[in-house]
Amino acid sequence: MPYRISDYSNPYHDDKVSAACALFGAIDRTGRRFPGTDVITAIINMHERGNGLGGGFAIYGLYPGYESCYAFHVLFMNPDARPSLEEFLRRRFRLLLAEEIPTRPAKGIYNPPLLWRYFLTLAGDPPSGFTEEDYIVSQVMWINRYQEGAFVISSGRNMGVFKGVGFPEQIADYFRLEEYQGYLWTAHARFPTNTPGWWGGAHPFNILDCTVVHNGELSSYGINRRYLEMFGYGCTMETDTEVLAYAIDLLVRRHGLSLELAATVLASPLWSEIEMEEPEAKRLHTLLRQVYPSLLMNGPFAIIVGRSGEMMGLTDRIRLRPMTAATHGPMLYLSSEEAAIHLVCPEVENTWIPLGGEPVVGRVTPGASFPSCVETEWAPTLLEVSPQ
Amino acid sequence: MKSYAVPRFRVERDASRCIQCQVCVRQCGFSVHSYDPTEEGLYSREADCVGCHRCVIFCPTGALTVTEIPLAYRQNANWRPEVIQDIIKQAETGGMLLTGMGSDKPHPIYWDHLLLNASQVTNPSIDPLREPMELCTYLGAKPDRVELDPQTGVPTTRMPPQVPLEVPVLFSAMSFGSISLNVQKSLARAAAESGTLFNTGEGGLHADLYPYGNHAIVQVASGRFGVHPSYLEAGRVIEIKIGQGAKPGIGGHLPGEKVSEEVAVTRMIPVGTDALSPAPHHDIYSIEDLRQLIYALKEATNYAKPVAVKIAAVHNSAAIASGMARAGADIIALDGVRGATGAAPKTIRDNVGIPIELALAAVDTRLRQEGIRNCVSLIAAGGIRSSADVLKAIALGADAVYIATAALVALGCRVCQMCYTGRCSWGIATQDPYLTKRINWEIGAERLKNLLRSWAIEIKEMLGGMGINALESLRGNRLHLRAVGLTDREMQILGVRPAGE
Repeated sequence: MPYRISDYSNPYHDDKVSAACALFGAIDRTGRRFPGTDVITAIINMHERGNGLGGGFAIYGLYPGYESCYAFHVLFMNPDARPSLEEFLRRRFRLLLAEEIPTRPAKGIYNPPLLWRYFLTLAGDPPSGFTEEDYIVSQVMWINRYQEGAFVISSGRNMGVFKGVGFPEQIADYFRLEEYQGYLWTAHARFPTNTPGWWGGAHPFNILDCTVVHNGELSSYGINRRYLEMFGYGCTMETDTEVLAYAIDLLVRRHGLSLELAATVLASPLWSEIEMEEPEAKRLHTLLRQVYPSLLMNGPFAIIVGRSGEMMGLTDRIRLRPMTAATHGPMLYLSSEEAAIHLVCPEVENTWIPLGGEPVVGRVTPGASFPSCVETEWAPTLLEVSPQ
Repeated sequence: MKSYAVPRFRVERDASRCIQCQVCVRQCGFSVHSYDPTEEGLYSREADCVGCHRCVIFCPTGALTVTEIPLAYRQNANWRPEVIQDIIKQAETGGMLLTGMGSDKPHPIYWDHLLLNASQVTNPSIDPLREPMELCTYLGAKPDRVELDPQTGVPTTRMPPQVPLEVPVLFSAMSFGSISLNVQKSLARAAAESGTLFNTGEGGLHADLYPYGNHAIVQVASGRFGVHPSYLEAGRVIEIKIGQGAKPGIGGHLPGEKVSEEVAVTRMIPVGTDALSPAPHHDIYSIEDLRQLIYALKEATNYAKPVAVKIAAVHNSAAIASGMARAGADIIALDGVRGATGAAPKTIRDNVGIPIELALAAVDTRLRQEGIRNCVSLIAAGGIRSSADVLKAIALGADAVYIATAALVALGCRVCQMCYTGRCSWGIATQDPYLTKRINWEIGAERLKNLLRSWAIEIKEMLGGMGINALESLRGNRLHLRAVGLTDREMQILGVRPAGE
């Protein structure tokens, strides 16, 4: 039997792996880096939404001093896999630093795998036909598919993913996350229904600097996957979060759409809504739905997407999973439950529940001022009750 | 020559009920019933009965019963009654046996071996009465990506022509000639009012149908009957017919008796002459020739209409489809072995071609392997019987399906397979004015609209059960199918997993 990563990520070989979860995200839109204390507190407050079979964090602005390097966080299912992976990395890249990711023994963390991080750059120009980023993606895909026992969980620049089997607070403790700072944090507590839990299967999912934490189950997984396979994405882990990460990579990085436009593909407006739009928006949204029908994410989901300098929250278009947004000055919070936001930021100015399919995007814009007003066009319509 | 053939049906008339009104005499297109005024009695020539129920339904006193004759042959798994009857007919005529409709042989019907999914607990099912449920489908080639002007954000992508469908079910090709004008008018109005398309077949577009041109697929087949600039201009889609599931590899023959004044004008041939469609297009002997015709038609219509190419599902459909996509087809229609016809040699109908389910799955898979699935829309045809068949076809990878037999059944057809005689008692597959006026085309359109509406409601209900609120999320999503009673190899071709896994 050839080596298959899905034997780890999807041991029963169900159609797909999916999970219910808690999500939390915070971004400082001035770009100021902050410790993860609040983010960890917030995700602990949603403890009931996870079951200890997965927790994780993505941190952006994580490795100042190594901004130009791709930071590969690699999980070794088997310590013997490390020499051959390192030989592979040395052959393909220029390695600046390799070290074991610092950890400490933590309550609830049993049999952790070996985790190393590698800071690397391309040794020269990428092979013809590849952009630098395409080349990194192809190498990550190759490692994850063929390099037995090694799995890249994080491959972006100046960011990193820390995740594993356990409650998120235990994962934070294990990885000593109190020692890190970032301008954007996302966090995830997992409640998987069909996997016993595997470190690589925890969220966030990552490709380059794009991370996704996800709560939900995609009924459209089968076609999302088949569509992405046409563009060279190997959905080897058989999880529905994986297709979300690849879809965003395709739409935003390769096809040049903004996160907001990508959101109108993933959770497209209804045709009846498009019909009523202004001509320009109507043309654009019609085109996006006609060209990318197979990337409509159908079924319940709430996601927080992280990219360098930006964070987006999005739910499916009929909002079958919860998400609350809030702002406090330059801080934008996204959370599965509103209470978690109030816990860590009692002085929060605006909280709102975005409509299904309505993206909430926060971007680092140094120098901008952040008035404390609601930054969404949505205003609730009150039904007028007639006197009778 | 004394015929050794035995009648198929027995017609029994209950004398205590019969009031000798002679409705049966007038209704039967095959002259089974006759009235003898001297005897004051009604008689039946059972040998001519086709079992179409027309007399049974219209007898006002319910006096008629039609049953299959329980003729006992010596049991023989090889020399079955049908085999013996066929040989007898050939020995008496020396001709090819003709038949109508789709194959009645027990080839596997894979739809019946595929079961759909539904959501439980981890994923809520959706109630289409409370939540939006979208069936909208666009037929036509799609680019691989949307490109935007980096300055203005305005899309610069040139979109090939798209045709919207409100329901993913189209009426398949049935020509004026093979069916009556009233039937075509019913199909055209139902298509227009249900937001879908009908297909002219190779019979041209009758002047009465030009107002429905925006809902017409105009066919260009090997005989080129009825093809002229305003015909191409009138249609919404142009379809090049290479083959059809009921008779892959052979042409067509509309006998001169059916070529009435109206048919002749529409087909642009003299009245009473046989309309012979050659087996191949004599300007298409290879894939590059097909490309030339596709682009000739696109040039002729200013690239404003999608060009579809219809083929019969045959052994190497996947490779052919890939070639057609690369040759510039916007839509590929695949017609399986159970596809119907107005007339075909029986041996070809029953023995040539492959089931649509396998061909569809193979074509969709191949186009994806080659990364060109977006270049074409896929229409599956040939034996689609119900909303569940439609949904299963879409899950296998079809963008939409064609129906023809189901549409005719909605108008009264009993699938008696005698279309080629032109004597259809239901007024469908005939040009005899006495018979064609039996179809009130406005009521016919209502029946067809009701059929599409009920299928649409059922499709929405099943989609909602799967936790899906737009049809595009099921398209090609084979994880929502499970197989029962199929071999590993069949499941591999269909790309589906066994139930329970």
